[in-house]
Amino acid sequence: MACVSPDGKPTESGTRMLRALRAGSKSPEEVALETGLPLFKVRSGLRDIAQAGLAEQKEDRYRLTEKGATLVE
Amino acid sequence: MEETKEQIGYMPRIGEPAPPFEAVTTHGKLKLEDFKGSWLILFSHPADFTPVCTTEFIAFSEIQPELQKRGVELLGLSVDSVSSHIAWARNVEEKTKVKIPFPIIADLNKEVSLAYGMVHPGQSKTETVRCVFMIDPNQIIRTILYYPLSTGRNMDEILRLVDALQTTDKHGVATPANWRPGDKVVVPPPNTQEMAEERLKQGYECVDWYLCRKRL
Repeated sequence: MACVSPDGKPTESGTRMLRALRAGSKSPEEVALETGLPLFKVRSGLRDIAQAGLAEQKEDRYRLTEKGATLVE
Repeated sequence: MEETKEQIGYMPRIGEPAPPFEAVTTHGKLKLEDFKGSWLILFSHPADFTPVCTTEFIAFSEIQPELQKRGVELLGLSVDSVSSHIAWARNVEEKTKVKIPFPIIADLNKEVSLAYGMVHPGQSKTETVRCVFMIDPNQIIRTILYYPLSTGRNMDEILRLVDALQTTDKHGVATPANWRPGDKVVVPPPNTQEMAEERLKQGYECVDWYLCRKRL
């Protein structure tokens, strides 16, 4: 996974995406705008983050899970 | 992976939807649809740690800021592994101080290469030739370039093509030979006799009814 290391910790770009989700659920476009990361990287990164159980996807929006929230407190 | 003649023979065409893919890259697993809404230049190179490819990667990296200004993402590809791509990118940075900022597909099973007709057996049965696919925000193939193994690509032409395609989309015009941004553009040819006659009165710079230029 590109945004989550094998030890389960988010990478630098993963952390930026998780921080962007602290204020509530967001679309990949909104996360890209807030983080300044390219949209393609955000789309694939959020997939990784969701797969690692750090965020959950509902339709085209992502929000932090409890596990994800503890990593960016 | 053993390719069939049919697989090698498949060539996508301009105007067709770009073949979808999900691929392992140096930036993680990426899907074609991740690039939806942006222009994408998908380009292949024969192999990592080879001289012409190294010059091309440096050149692509150097034009990346200009491409970004135009809303274009870059995505490289070869049939090498991710580890090889990472090692090569690190080596390029160490030796030339140029950081490779874009992802590179590790197409070990040639899934993407074959879908895009990047393997030309007359040149090499094991490597991809130097292809460039310009894919628009709707994921339609808009330009295809093929270069042989021996010849590095021209970045000026790649930028010129992006400018030309975007100008065509924005203004509904065509661009003449050797066009550069700021030059006059070609007004699309008329479809009827009436349109042809009207055109001559519209203040365009016309050689004749079928070749009219204007400034944007």
